[in-house]
Amino acid sequence: MRSVALRLGQGACVLVGISMLVFAVFFATPGADPTARIAGRGASPQILARIRHDYGFDRALPVQYIRMMDKLFVARDLTSFVDHGERVVPEVFAAAPVTLSLVGGAAIIWVGLSVLIGVVCALWPNGIVDRVLMGLSVLLLSIPVFWLGEVVNLVTQSRYHDTMLFSWVPPLGYVPFLQSPSGWFRSLLLPWLVLSSSFAGLYARVLRAELMAASGEDYMRTARAKGLSPLRIMLNHGLRMSWLGFVSLFGLDVAQLIGGGALLTEVVFALPGVGHLTYRALTDLDLPLIMATVLYSAAFVVIANALVDLVYLALDPRLRTGTRHG
Amino acid sequence: MAEPILQVRDLCVRLSGRLILDHVSFDVLRGRTLGVVGESGSGKSVTASALMGLVPIASGSVKFGSREVAGLSERAWRALRGRQIAMVFQDPMSAFLPVRSVGAQIDEQIRAHERLSRTDARARTVQLLQRMEVPDAAQMARRYPHQLSGGLRQRAMIAMALSCRPDLLIADEPTTALDVTVQAQILALLREVSQRDAGVMLITHDMGVVAQSCADVVVMYAGVIVERGSVETILQAPLHPYTQALMAATPEIDGPRPARLATIPGQPPSPASRPQGCVFQPRCGYAHEACGRRPPLRSHAGRDVACVLYEGAA
Repeated sequence: MRSVALRLGQGACVLVGISMLVFAVFFATPGADPTARIAGRGASPQILARIRHDYGFDRALPVQYIRMMDKLFVARDLTSFVDHGERVVPEVFAAAPVTLSLVGGAAIIWVGLSVLIGVVCALWPNGIVDRVLMGLSVLLLSIPVFWLGEVVNLVTQSRYHDTMLFSWVPPLGYVPFLQSPSGWFRSLLLPWLVLSSSFAGLYARVLRAELMAASGEDYMRTARAKGLSPLRIMLNHGLRMSWLGFVSLFGLDVAQLIGGGALLTEVVFALPGVGHLTYRALTDLDLPLIMATVLYSAAFVVIANALVDLVYLALDPRLRTGTRHG
Repeated sequence: MAEPILQVRDLCVRLSGRLILDHVSFDVLRGRTLGVVGESGSGKSVTASALMGLVPIASGSVKFGSREVAGLSERAWRALRGRQIAMVFQDPMSAFLPVRSVGAQIDEQIRAHERLSRTDARARTVQLLQRMEVPDAAQMARRYPHQLSGGLRQRAMIAMALSCRPDLLIADEPTTALDVTVQAQILALLREVSQRDAGVMLITHDMGVVAQSCADVVVMYAGVIVERGSVETILQAPLHPYTQALMAATPEIDGPRPARLATIPGQPPSPASRPQGCVFQPRCGYAHEACGRRPPLRSHAGRDVACVLYEGAA
């Protein structure tokens, strides 16, 4: 219980630190002064001064910081500096489900695929299947996601869209799940496959290496001496230990993708997700939106780290010291 | 004479082109523990692996009861492993999977070989742990390996090995990783197993362990058996120079403590540089020209010994 509280406290400190850093960097950036942009071209000094006063840009930075945090978390009415009156918090909350759907689906695909490839390769190491699959995974790993996405679009949206094979592909964009579950699935299937491809390749290689390293361990010899089948040995013993490295990698990758790292996939498939939003905020130097998206993604990294720790506890009883007396 | 559980004849094992075991022959008899002694690299553990079908047998015969097992398919070996031949390893900490409870790992072996429900398998697991004198067995089965003491872990390991009532139990240095007091308990337990449950083949480098718990002994050096016989005969009067050197390197429990324990000069040869003639000749104090020829195991003074010193005078 105490460790949970400690974790929450740590996470909160990380978020506060990141918000301060983002805020400070913004004001240290040359040309970031939002007053001119809000006022528009050729505004008179009087108007500039009024805007500066209205938005509070003439106050001390700590005061500005605290006001922004208050608007972001308490009042939740922080508005964009660029789009007049556009509220930032609902914007992030509208983009989050798109990104969560995209990353969640892709994660399921890449974990399933990489476990399959990793286990098959480790069962018959250095055989023909192993070589072909490992070659394939390097290929997947090294194809840039935006290129693959564009090629997929070229094939399924224009050139062969009217053939039997791809007539099911909807136009680019996102269909909310509640509006049409099948539409949601169809709009996301290709983005899922594209996003998961490079991760599937990487994870398959990592898992194969972990399984191969485990195969020399004493507990694997014991498993063989028990008369278990190779598949049982691999799944119940090898994989059971190799999960540990896999889980920490997975937690961090998923967190950064949900936090906006899926930008390229979102842009290529015209999905209005968090990555898209972050990208827009950065090109416009729109502090409220930058603040909201950065804190949102930092929160996911903190949450994912905490979850990874919990999963570790579930997977490895050796870490659970103190919970039971041995 | 007790009936043999295991008969090994001229067993040869070749790994990456090198002859690791060179015509090894011995029997394990019911109710009599066989000790296999030798330095590291003498081929003890490879012998165990070969008997488990974990390394390929190049030539020779291995008979379980009346069944020849050399040359069995991997699938046939798998049915034997854990069921008829079981193994106990040196370090029970690393031999158990650290992330699953000890009981679950024993259940797994039972259910791999017999059609039993989870509850029935667990009942047998608990019963086995009780027989291995594990206190509070039902509770202990739910513990993870790191939560047990070294001795309890090794008891659990033996329980797992015996879980499918094997005919032969191979124990590879089962006490080396344990405290001295615990060692004696585990050896006593293995003695009991050999009388009640299964034939036991005990692999060790420790003559003291052999003296404590074995009835027969095989002395191995560089993949070759150099002396073979009953423990009383060999411990009282070791004939092969290597056995003598091994005995001299073991401290006496009673009697005067030597100022300096004897050692055998030099290193055991690697499989690549094994001598043509007698394998022990480069380190042997009695070596002479007749040792250029590999001496066969010959019966002499109540045991079998492979040394030219005892040839001709049977």
